[in-house]
Amino acid sequence: MDSALATTDPADLHAEQEHGHVSLPQHRHHFETVEQQREAGSFGMWLFLLTEIMFFGGMFLAYLLYRNWYYPAFVVGSNQLSVRIGTFNTMVLITSGFCMAIGVWAAEVRKRSLLTAMLVTTTLLGVLFLSLKYDEYHEKYELHHIPGNNFNVSMFTNPAGYGIKEAPLPPDMAQKTQVFFFLYFAMTGMHALHMIIGLGILCWLIPRARRGDFSSGYVAPVENFALYWHFIDVVWLFLYPLLYLINRHPMH
Amino acid sequence: MSTAVGNTIVSLPDQSTAQLPKRHYINNEYGLLSWLLTEDHKRIALLYLFSVTFFFFIGGAFAGLIRLELLTPQPDLVAADTYNKFFTMHGLIMIFLFLVPSIPGVLGNFLIPLMIGARDLAFPKLNLLSWYVYMAGGTLTLAALVLGGVDTGWTFTTPLSTHYLNTHVITAAMAIFITGFSSILTGINFIVTIHRMRCPGMTWFRMPLFLWAHYAASLLMVLGTPVLATTLVLVALERLFGIGIFDPAKGGDPLLFQHLFWFYSHPAVYIMILPGMGVISEVISTCSRKRIFGYTAVAFSSVAIALFGFFVWEHHMFIMGVSSYSALVFSLLTMLVAVPSAIKIFNWAFTLQKGSITFETPMLYCFGFMGLFTIGGLTGVFLGSLGMDIHLTETYFVVAHFHFVMVGGGLMAFLAGIHFWWPKMTGRMYPETISKLAAVTTFIGFNLTFLPQFVLGYLGLPRRYAAYPPEFQVLNVLSTAGATVLGFGYMLPMLYLVWSLKYGAIAGSNPWQATGLEWQIASPPPTENFAEIPIMDHEVYDYEWLANKTKKEVTTVG
Ligand code: HEM
Ligand SMILES: [Cu+2]
Repeated sequence: MDSALATTDPADLHAEQEHGHVSLPQHRHHFETVEQQREAGSFGMWLFLLTEIMFFGGMFLAYLLYRNWYYPAFVVGSNQLSVRIGTFNTMVLITSGFCMAIGVWAAEVRKRSLLTAMLVTTTLLGVLFLSLKYDEYHEKYELHHIPGNNFNVSMFTNPAGYGIKEAPLPPDMAQKTQVFFFLYFAMTGMHALHMIIGLGILCWLIPRARRGDFSSGYVAPVENFALYWHFIDVVWLFLYPLLYLINRHPMH
Repeated sequence: MSTAVGNTIVSLPDQSTAQLPKRHYINNEYGLLSWLLTEDHKRIALLYLFSVTFFFFIGGAFAGLIRLELLTPQPDLVAADTYNKFFTMHGLIMIFLFLVPSIPGVLGNFLIPLMIGARDLAFPKLNLLSWYVYMAGGTLTLAALVLGGVDTGWTFTTPLSTHYLNTHVITAAMAIFITGFSSILTGINFIVTIHRMRCPGMTWFRMPLFLWAHYAASLLMVLGTPVLATTLVLVALERLFGIGIFDPAKGGDPLLFQHLFWFYSHPAVYIMILPGMGVISEVISTCSRKRIFGYTAVAFSSVAIALFGFFVWEHHMFIMGVSSYSALVFSLLTMLVAVPSAIKIFNWAFTLQKGSITFETPMLYCFGFMGLFTIGGLTGVFLGSLGMDIHLTETYFVVAHFHFVMVGGGLMAFLAGIHFWWPKMTGRMYPETISKLAAVTTFIGFNLTFLPQFVLGYLGLPRRYAAYPPEFQVLNVLSTAGATVLGFGYMLPMLYLVWSLKYGAIAGSNPWQATGLEWQIASPPPTENFAEIPIMDHEVYDYEWLANKTKKEVTTVG
């Protein structure tokens, strides 16, 4: 746990400095060694991800509570989501995470063009994910499944009238589908927001990667971004089953 | 200073020959931009000092207005609605814009790198960013105020905040949301710095207790604040789109809001007090020339507070219809959280025992802290007992409790720290006599203001009303009188500290003969802190080491 710096004796430190990797232009003056700088960076990133877990945690708590209370409404609400798109999107995200991991490897072994290619692929997959997500949101909009004043409850009290194969819910419970859809939008929306920020950072990384900034031993930004990107993947891996797969088509 | 030297066995250094260093972090660069774009932790600390002081006086003005209104039983100074806006603004500003960032932002920023022997915090740019984020949050809070105010109370209680008010709830919620990110960034920065930037030989158990306290507080910031962020986002969404996450009419649960809010806000009270406890440890050790009694216990009690602090939040919800079994458990846990605080108080008391105590201003503030925080903590235990709480909750007793810990504890510690490290930050001493007067004035004013409120609360006066039955007037007048004294006590440091920038005696590098690494370099410190990274080759609070070192310097130099 201790950094090398805190325990080694200063003579070693200076020796290490002279041997080397200190020449990196990205080495900032207040760090004694480049190694220390890199460790600090990734440690900071992990802490940041911890705050992200706590941030999503509040919403997961709300989900657990209401899913317990309003299970039938959650089942019906969940059945309105497209498992096909959801599954496909899950694969898209996993693939993008895989590309990102290869990108980190490429940076470490100093393969500039492979790194750039991987970052570009990651970006494209991210965009694909978001466009599909947009499509899903749009469909919900047209069906009046956005919680609020325009929310259409009759679809759940009288599903047959809409050609939906679900047991009708009592009006009280049907109202609660709003809670499901609210959580759906809040959680996937927050997730999408994180993806958009991630794509922004990718757009900043790509030109720098092309210039060769990260293929000469300085890989910290790529590494730390990869941590962030994987974190977003992992959040989705929880969201997908919790939202899409609550109880598929019990009537069949 | 010199008066104090006369009647103790300690000899503080002769300051008449002290000189300011030629180059230091303040005169290293000039111009507004050199401050606004600085990445130097010491300059960022000063930026924080200006801004938290600014917000402190705005929050203080609202406190004055509240007390003025409560001078008479009728709501005659302002209408009830306006009164609600006053106490909301007072709470929001004092908690989120003053107490939470005050000690970490100013003293933590300034001292953490110096104390661990580093050139800067791990992420200087992030540090500057956190100040800008803080200012953005502060500006938005002021915007909410100027646009017409909010009246939810600092607690944003639903469904009041989501359904019934048409004041600027969303603006205020977003302001606090943003301010929260500033404290998250600071927390991350501190934790990484303490883990990764310690100088050779600076093991965990050679760290000054100030660092342990900041480490624990940073953990709370990092783990707690994001939950507040989620909560505020949900409140804003509920208010904007009318979705029923907290609205029982639509199937939501207002208790969920309370759980989420207090899951942050109880730990937040420790974010406010832990850094203060760190300050007290440093000052008490230095002004009694003794290693802190039970160093390890004090260090771990900070961590214990951070840990237990996350498991007591329900004591704010005892009367809200939570299950009585869980209330029982939380009541017990609340008692437990008082234990590590008590450990600290006892250990400080034992540190004083047989110490060579001197009574400089920071020490006076420390004594104030020890007395007032003890009362505040003990009344917290009253409130943590279920039966008592049902009688006392939502009364002035709670108001008195948290002011004893936050003002009597947190603010006193902040002032102790500012006076103690003022010579390091500016290179000059504050004037001793008048500052002692200020310390005593605040202590008297504080007790006059808040002791009557315990009685008021016990007699059943509910908090957050502009009017009250006439029989409570005497105690309220006492409280308002005390607030006037207190206000005077806070104005004084403001004036004489500014005065001392130009006219204060030159301090020299180690005016208190303290052992911390920060005292072994020039005051004010040079921009790069240490010409060469120091090596910590002795234990912390080792006054013998210091004496030997000073002796050697005298023989080699003179
Ligand atoms: C030492 C142990 C402490 C215990 C056992 C304790 C206990 C309690 C309890 C049970 C309440 C709820 C009262 C009620 O609303 O009915 C309370 C309220 C409060 N406490 Fe403490 N407390 C402690 C320390 C602190 C500290 C150190 C701070 C701040 C620095 C603090 C700040 C507050 C605040 C702000 C409230 C009121 C929140 C509100 O309703 O607006 N407490 N405390
Ligand atoms: Cu509490």
